[in-house]
Amino acid sequence: MTDRDPDFSDRVTRLERVWANLPGLGTLAAVNHTTVGLRFMVTGAAFFLVGGLLAMLMRTQLALPEQDIISPEIYGQLFTMHGTVMMFLFAIPILEGLGLYMIPKLIGARDLVFPRISAFGYYCYLFGGLIILSSLFLGIAPDAGWFMYTPLSGEEFSPGPGSDFWLLGITFVEISAMAAGIELTVSILRERANGMSLSRMPLFCWYILAMALMIVFGFPPLILASVLLEVERAAGLPFFDVAGGGDPVLWQHLFWLFGHPEVYIIFLPAAGIVSTLIPVFAQRPIVGYRWIVLSIILTGFISFGLWVHHMFTVGIPLLAQAFFSVASMLVAVPTGIQIFAWLATLWTGRVIFSLPMLWIFGFLVVFVGGGLTGVMLALVPFNWQVHDTHFVVAHLHYVLVGGMLFPLMAGLYYWLPLLTGRMPSESLGRLGFWLFFIGFNATFLLMHLTGLRGMPRRVYSYEAGLGWDWLNLLSSVGGFILAAGVAVIIIDVILHLRYGRRAPRNPWRADTLEWALDKPPPTYNFVSLPTFRTRHPLWEHPELPESIASGQHALAGAEHDRRETYGSDAVTGKVREVFHLPSNSWLPLLAALSLAVVCVALLVRTYDVALVGVVAAAVFLLRWGWVNGAHPGMAPLSNDEPTDPPLHSRTTDGPGLWGMVVTLMANGTLYLCLIFGWVYLWTVAPEWVFPEDPRLPLSGMLVSGGLLVIAALLQHRAAKRLAAGNAAGLQARLWQAAGLGAAHFAVLLWLTLEAPLEPTGNSHDAVLLMLLIYLLFHGALAALLTAMQALRVARGYIGVRLPYEPVVLRPLWIYTTGIFWLGVVIFILLPAGWAP
Amino acid sequence: MMFRRLAAPMLLGTLLGLAGCSGPLSTLDPAGPSAATAALLWWGMFAAFSLVWLAVVGLWLYAMFRQPASDDPARARRIEKRWIIGGGVALPVVSITVLLAYGIPAGHSMLPLPLDKGESLEIHVTAHQWYWEVMYPESGIALDDELHIPAGKPVDVHLRSADVIHSFWVPRLGGKLDAVPGRTNVQRLQADEPGSYRGQCAEYCGVGHAHMKFTVTAHTPEDFEAWKRQETQGDD
Repeated sequence: MTDRDPDFSDRVTRLERVWANLPGLGTLAAVNHTTVGLRFMVTGAAFFLVGGLLAMLMRTQLALPEQDIISPEIYGQLFTMHGTVMMFLFAIPILEGLGLYMIPKLIGARDLVFPRISAFGYYCYLFGGLIILSSLFLGIAPDAGWFMYTPLSGEEFSPGPGSDFWLLGITFVEISAMAAGIELTVSILRERANGMSLSRMPLFCWYILAMALMIVFGFPPLILASVLLEVERAAGLPFFDVAGGGDPVLWQHLFWLFGHPEVYIIFLPAAGIVSTLIPVFAQRPIVGYRWIVLSIILTGFISFGLWVHHMFTVGIPLLAQAFFSVASMLVAVPTGIQIFAWLATLWTGRVIFSLPMLWIFGFLVVFVGGGLTGVMLALVPFNWQVHDTHFVVAHLHYVLVGGMLFPLMAGLYYWLPLLTGRMPSESLGRLGFWLFFIGFNATFLLMHLTGLRGMPRRVYSYEAGLGWDWLNLLSSVGGFILAAGVAVIIIDVILHLRYGRRAPRNPWRADTLEWALDKPPPTYNFVSLPTFRTRHPLWEHPELPESIASGQHALAGAEHDRRETYGSDAVTGKVREVFHLPSNSWLPLLAALSLAVVCVALLVRTYDVALVGVVAAAVFLLRWGWVNGAHPGMAPLSNDEPTDPPLHSRTTDGPGLWGMVVTLMANGTLYLCLIFGWVYLWTVAPEWVFPEDPRLPLSGMLVSGGLLVIAALLQHRAAKRLAAGNAAGLQARLWQAAGLGAAHFAVLLWLTLEAPLEPTGNSHDAVLLMLLIYLLFHGALAALLTAMQALRVARGYIGVRLPYEPVVLRPLWIYTTGIFWLGVVIFILLPAGWAP
Repeated sequence: MMFRRLAAPMLLGTLLGLAGCSGPLSTLDPAGPSAATAALLWWGMFAAFSLVWLAVVGLWLYAMFRQPASDDPARARRIEKRWIIGGGVALPVVSITVLLAYGIPAGHSMLPLPLDKGESLEIHVTAHQWYWEVMYPESGIALDDELHIPAGKPVDVHLRSADVIHSFWVPRLGGKLDAVPGRTNVQRLQADEPGSYRGQCAEYCGVGHAHMKFTVTAHTPEDFEAWKRQETQGDD
């Protein structure tokens, strides 16, 4: 393509240079989504092997009755870590990685909107995962089960650092989930190629959008619960301890409020793979596109309303059980719609049966089975019998392996040619599939019966003659067949890197844009950015790969020597601005390293080192925020700027604002969970008491809150006037807002220090203290960031031509004001009006 | 001769039945009304859902290997509506409705609803790491890891925990219920016939979890009274 036009060849070289990762160790500073996504997936695969190894150890121990190869102490660590690794270090991250890797390629963009955030997320994931894993090698791994029920996981019954590894490590890893959730939501909404309206979006993007939003709303309960439990363990604040006015069931509510949506966070992207592959191999468009979109949205909503079905044996009110039973069964409707839409697509298409389709078939067989046992489990009287038995173990493996791993393997074989440019071996692939499929069913189909015959989960050993002997033996044999299947697949993947035949450009004759790319894909994806007129670009415009590569579409090359892609309208996909994206940066790695120091310091409870880590992380993160907009390291003002469309930092509705709003939605969920905890303990905990005298003077709170309101109004006016083109007095106004915010913080801090709180004595004061810390953090953050913006005005990074940044901070001020007054009402006024 | 011809299948059937269902902790070998209801629900769901599963997998295989007759888009739309509305919406909604119509009354029958005084026996069980402390509030009998109950009569087990969360489960008599610190949960059990029934902790509660077992011995009413007399006398 390049020999036609030497000038164009220069432009491609320049594009490559602008988008290249740094050489050598500099590759650690890479931020582009292809590199980061691949790192997520490879790391996830490595953790999968670790988790699998733990499972093999357990199956060895259970193969025969009354074995003592593994002690109950170690067995506790094994099943806890197996669940933890598979859920938190394999399933979620590898799917996030798939999303990060694929989404820009599917929506015709060059990178995600916040590349440094994905790199930061990756390092948090890697370091957090390694910290958790290290506990296993030190023999002090968490051992209270992967859902960490209190009080077993609390300080009294798990005195060692095991639970701390879990709570701190997982919270650290969850930063990566939140990062990916925010990143993917904003990217899918604001970065689609010109003309890709929502109704032209590939289904996979809908699934990933749903997953991302579910992460945004689903993870905060877990993060809050982990923080509360860690604070209870380390500092003795009673949140889950009955004697202090807490309740262990609160942990279960918060955990499963996360835990159930999490199942769909795992399932939806995998279903997205199925919905992508089936039309390709059936050689026709998917049947019922709108039905599927509807069912994705329905699944998202319903999945937040059925967490209690994990708690049917806790002894909660029966009306609630009936409600959650119905909700749990209702989720079968959107799942059913998808399955029958896939069926109809196959029915009306001409199916090419190849290796990915074999895995899709395996998915169907296993997942439908798991779904049906799920409906059984939702029936309360039956649940009372099989809950916490091997029946549940079998069910959850059918759902998770069937619903996630089988489609993921289909996706692996489908996209491997894109990643590597080579085709894997069909015969080795088939052998791997059949070993895996037979091994899986041998292990887990029989396990349903083991559970029905009364074997509880999480027992390290069992008596002979209870009717579990041959079932367990066969399950163990099946487990090893499954492992052999995994080994064959790994060999296949390794061999194909060297011996696989070269893949043609579009080996499966697919319809989506990623197959227009060179293989392996360059870091910038597209030489030029095409316009979308259809849902099936490569079917209807087979010339696209050629025209993209020869620069016939928009934004060809890297004219301004910076990374650029289009930003578009969230609904219509019409181009609105040019996003300039950050290049390689060490800041994500440094910030994540600082947080790793915090994590390890908290583990060994050396709080001064932790503080140093927090300060270091704050410095790196603020520096990161500084190198933005018109900073010389990003997109400084110049006279030959594009105006149609303009650069995003010259507008007032760029991705930063969207990122802020999505972040605040997650943050607000966390806050609502804290309120839920407060009201729950108040109404349910058996030993909860209100203190005799009010802890905070209302007058002091009114003063602090008043200062906050004025600060927020000032900031709001400053942002509004700037957006209208008036920068007079901007810097002074921002300083005033920051100063008033600082005054609000100081008053609140004084009130907190003066309050006669006994946070270790009763959970009322413990929860109240958490609220105050939360409010203090937000007050300080809003003031600090506004002061930073005032400095940026002085430097000329914010001004009439650069009205972008104050608008981004405005929602934070509104949020900070909102949570303060909501806190006053719910934590101070409501109890005062209620309590006798 | 006749006997011989029948013996083999009968033996096989018994063996399969034994292999499949029986066992000292098997939920499929019920010995009380709650467990019997749950087992019945299982068999009903198992039969119905096996059919659904076979039908979906069968349709899928057929759909993959059939050659569609024509590419008529109108026909494709008809198929789309038929599959999605019939299979995706109607099938689950009907199944769920039927299931709940059976399931909700079934669950209701297992609850410890208030009975007339003297109709049920009250036993207090406190779970510890890793044993069950059993107390009869009427007679003051205290035991570890064993319960004695009269057969044919409902027994209300009042569950508490002294430390972490445990779960009280006698699979042949009924479902499980958690013992949660700070609260008292009530589980109703009933054994139809005298006999010995095994129970175990179902919620992971630490390293002794696998060995946290107990037995429930059901006596005839007369034997139960005799057992009570003997126990109370033994204390004197």
